[in-house]
Amino acid sequence: MTSSATDELLRVENLSVRFGSSQVINKLIFTVRAGRTTAVVGESGSGKSVTSMSIMRLADMAGADYPEGRILFQRDDLAIDLISADQPSMRRIRGNEIAMIFQEPMTSLNPVFTIGDQLAEVLMLHEGMSKSQALAEAERLLTLVRLPDAKSLLTRHPHQLSGGMRQRVMIAMALACRPKLLIADEPTTALDVTVQAQILTIIKELQAELGMAVIFITHDMGVVAEMADDVVVMWKGEKVEEGPVEQIFAAPAHPYTQVLLSAVPRLGSMEGRALPLREALTVLEGDKPTLLGETRDQDTADYSAPPLLQVEDLLVRFDIKKDFFGRATHRATAVNHVSFEIYPGETLALVGESGSGKSTIGRTIQQLQEPISGDIRFDGKLLSQMSRAERQRLRRDVQYIFQDPFASLDPRKTIGYSIAEPIRTHGLLDNNRDIERRVGDLLERVGLNPNMVGRYPHEFSGGQRQRICIARALSSKPRLIIADEALSALDVSVQAQVINLFMDLQKDEGLSYLFISHDMAVVEKMSHRVAVLYTGQIMELGTRAQVFEHTAHPYTRRLLSAVPVADPTKRDRRVMLEGEIPSTTRAVGDEPPVMPLREISPGHFVAEHSDPQQ
Amino acid sequence: MIGFIFKRLLQAAFVVVVVSLVVAVAIRMTGDPALMISQGSTGITEADLVRIREGLGLNEPFIVQYFNSLMGLLTWNFGNSFVGGTPVNLLISKALPATLTLAFTSLILSIVISIPLGIAAAVSRGKWSDQMIRIGSLVGLSFPNFWLATMLVLLFGVTLRWLPPSGMAGFESYIMPTLTMGIILTATNVRLVRTTMLETLNSQYIMVARAKGLSESKVLYKHALRNCAIPLITYFGLQFGGLLGGIVVIERVFNWPGMGTLAFDAVSARDYPVLQAVIMILSLMIVLVNLIVDIAYGLVDPRIRKE
Repeated sequence: MTSSATDELLRVENLSVRFGSSQVINKLIFTVRAGRTTAVVGESGSGKSVTSMSIMRLADMAGADYPEGRILFQRDDLAIDLISADQPSMRRIRGNEIAMIFQEPMTSLNPVFTIGDQLAEVLMLHEGMSKSQALAEAERLLTLVRLPDAKSLLTRHPHQLSGGMRQRVMIAMALACRPKLLIADEPTTALDVTVQAQILTIIKELQAELGMAVIFITHDMGVVAEMADDVVVMWKGEKVEEGPVEQIFAAPAHPYTQVLLSAVPRLGSMEGRALPLREALTVLEGDKPTLLGETRDQDTADYSAPPLLQVEDLLVRFDIKKDFFGRATHRATAVNHVSFEIYPGETLALVGESGSGKSTIGRTIQQLQEPISGDIRFDGKLLSQMSRAERQRLRRDVQYIFQDPFASLDPRKTIGYSIAEPIRTHGLLDNNRDIERRVGDLLERVGLNPNMVGRYPHEFSGGQRQRICIARALSSKPRLIIADEALSALDVSVQAQVINLFMDLQKDEGLSYLFISHDMAVVEKMSHRVAVLYTGQIMELGTRAQVFEHTAHPYTRRLLSAVPVADPTKRDRRVMLEGEIPSTTRAVGDEPPVMPLREISPGHFVAEHSDPQQ
Repeated sequence: MIGFIFKRLLQAAFVVVVVSLVVAVAIRMTGDPALMISQGSTGITEADLVRIREGLGLNEPFIVQYFNSLMGLLTWNFGNSFVGGTPVNLLISKALPATLTLAFTSLILSIVISIPLGIAAAVSRGKWSDQMIRIGSLVGLSFPNFWLATMLVLLFGVTLRWLPPSGMAGFESYIMPTLTMGIILTATNVRLVRTTMLETLNSQYIMVARAKGLSESKVLYKHALRNCAIPLITYFGLQFGGLLGGIVVIERVFNWPGMGTLAFDAVSARDYPVLQAVIMILSLMIVLVNLIVDIAYGLVDPRIRKE
């Protein structure tokens, strides 16, 4: 380490943290230097958030104690040990010398107080300002985080702001007293990529302006590459590696870091390939990284066959506001005249940010949502002309996998019961022994031990639960699986395994996927064709290579440029983005315009737009 | 907001009409007031009874009688009591304040005790102080209110002679009835405050408030409590309604000259005008309290204010 004693701001020495009898951090050592960004990375359960909460001594409120170690924080002249400090002295440091921003901007602000009050509070507390001084300073801070119309924002309440705006308010609040250290705990994880890009830029610029150090807690290697000077890699409560960011990415020393980096999907890594790629995985065997499985092109799509699913001019609206007599006055157009088709064995990705209508399309196909107009054709048959029995049959042929594997399994039923349920509901097998055998086969198919049938969901990890959800989806022998952000809640190493499982199942069972995602890198890796959605309309539709390598629509380009690239040598190629995603809610009668699609090359459709470059 | 209040007032009127109608019908099925009044006196003929009924206005059709009593609410004239002939509005204007002050002091006492205790229990969840508060509230819940009231009277009113055992005369006479009702309300309220507080304390914005460096009391009483307010106000509002109903027993034990005692006596004497007036006014009170609760939502929570 090259750090000298003079620029060392924070030193964590041999820190151990315990909750009750379980030790979650074990002899952690790392340093943060003044004015630099240290990224603490790790997957769930690595202890990275507990580390940040321990520095703030907020972990105490959750019942943490510290059997050993020190955290030395350099104040103006002398260092103070944060672990042995009492809570009153911690209160003078918190929000003042060390400030923090959190993952969930939607819930970080107190809903019953105005933005102005919440900002002024911290200034009055630490800077001894009067209310009016504090409000004036709050207005300046809101301008600092590039929020327009700061004065009127002061009197507004959190629910009137979007997630991106709230996170900016949080940053303003954290920076109010010019802290020496800012701890950012997954500050952009809950945000859309374009908003994430804006927030990351603001943090970076303000850091340079105020000369503060930043501890950036994240699981996203792309964000690490974008932001960090130094990296601390954590695994199961211990630091496994520490070093400058270039070194960590170019020559990771610890096997876990190697595995982690190899699992990260990298945007652009598929350049020049026509088909999705199923890649061998690096996994830890003992403590040696080993390559597991085959690498092959995913050549499963059959374009000579008629399409399995056709979505024709689909229009879905929701009533948002009603008048005195219950008639709709404002409606949101979630899906605005969308058409596409999926072929047997094909993966079609729907990508877009929140509010783009991608999940609504999935729900409509699954008959969970009635469209206003347009139709869905499965296997050549129109959904609107199907009989009850045929609709029921469709529910069997089309299965859904949700984002949250914790919420989508009944906690009071064994996993065997959950997996067998579709088989019983659709009467596929009636003999209990046959059902049991089938459930066992399915568990084996998704890489779980068939002996686990009698266990309950809480006994499994997130990745295992998602495998159980996949097994349940497979149990009715579907032909199309709608995977709605099915990988988003998983750690990258688990995510890589589940991606391979998806691709193997596609090859063996000839499945088609409608893959709904916001993650461009995963989409690039898995999809045959891609549809880019924005405010309910398709902006661009084409093969993976067409959309990612011959990008034609400015929105697709913006989306791609906003994705952080997991390569620290490729920073600053970013197009600066301003503004928010517009709302799709409009007054009845004022319907949003439909941009017609133009075919610019065979199979590559682009919505009309007014971009000067085109 | 005006439209909202207007809608609520219409609902309130409807509730009062329905409740009083049910009561009017029900009480007429329980017996003849003329017989009750003439009880004990000898030589009553059928003609005397008819004369008594005429004097009470009972010869009119039911719908007219009912309509008259309903109009009384608007004109503040409910006619005269069958027993003694006192104007009903005089009886009410003495009894209503007695009941309302008792109900209010009990509720306020309970809120003042249960909020700090509930918060203390939530903050020290699982520790011994939390256990003590929870056990204490369970004990409080287990007391039947009439038993508790009787025991208090025996101890402080009869044996120790510290407090007046019954009646309403000055500040001291409030202590025992308020305490009785307050203890029983507090037992449930502590648990309610604790549960809502626990939920709120898990919120991210509480963590943020602590990360600002705010003191624990600011975090709890400023940031957390206001967010607990919606469920608490709802419950306290409902409780006030229940309190007005449940006060009858307490008023009997302490011989409190309130609406409960008035209603009790009126039922025994088939005193229609008094009973109907009492019921209508009490239901009106309950509806009004709920209206106030709805308006209070908007004051504490800006997200509701918008609509």
